[in-house]
Amino acid sequence: MALLLCVFAAVISTALWYAHGENSTMKIGILCWLFWGASIMWFVDAVFEYIQFGASYFKPSGAEMLNDAFLGLSVIALALVIWIAAVLITDPSGAVKRALFRQNDSENSRTEKEKKTENLK
Amino acid sequence: MACFLVPGAEALVMTAVTYAVRKREVRLSNGGVEKALSDSDAHMSASHTGKIALSRKLTWLTNLLWGGVVLLAFEHLWHGEIVPWFPFITGASNPADTASMLHEMSTVGVGMAVLVTLIWCIMTGIVHIFEKRQLAGDSRQDQVE
Repeated sequence: MALLLCVFAAVISTALWYAHGENSTMKIGILCWLFWGASIMWFVDAVFEYIQFGASYFKPSGAEMLNDAFLGLSVIALALVIWIAAVLITDPSGAVKRALFRQNDSENSRTEKEKKTENLK
Repeated sequence: MACFLVPGAEALVMTAVTYAVRKREVRLSNGGVEKALSDSDAHMSASHTGKIALSRKLTWLTNLLWGGVVLLAFEHLWHGEIVPWFPFITGASNPADTASMLHEMSTVGVGMAVLVTLIWCIMTGIVHIFEKRQLAGDSRQDQVE
């Protein structure tokens, strides 16, 4: 289930990367590498488990499936957190920088206004 | 148990190799003069020849490896196979578990590293065909002009 969820995530992120083009500032490529890397490795793990357990590998119990789905969703959440952190830290579109400086500018103008009103008083 | 350590070790080695290759490419592009090292420098040097730099191709491999290793490490943490105290891997706590851990590393771990590398080889092979076509197209256009 975790492998399946990871493969879906990999395909969706790759499609998004393709749709947005290589000049996109959203760095979707990071998600593609994360999900494809994990999918390939989990695939190998699945092959070895199939060799070991045979057809029963495809018949997991309800509890096993639920736990595995929970794991898969958690892995996707972790990958999304890594991705958004990378986007915000590298700030390719400069949105974080603009937001920070705008805040500073507004703070500076506010203190200047306060000084002016104090002087007038 | 600790199968992700094998692709992790490969990722570590390949990151070092990528860094060395990029350094060499930048040095060559500057005629022996070394300057600030950046990804774009190496890519720019390769774009002059119409080819993708080797360091960029190697980065694809390291990205795949690190991506997989990070998410698999989380999975191992989830299953309690990695712990935040010594020896960090539960498989290394007693000899019987260590033997099965080493067996898993030599089978599943090596399999993971090999498959990722194999897929990267196929990927770079396809890219090489694209590069050849691009170069052929460029030279044909030059002849027409």
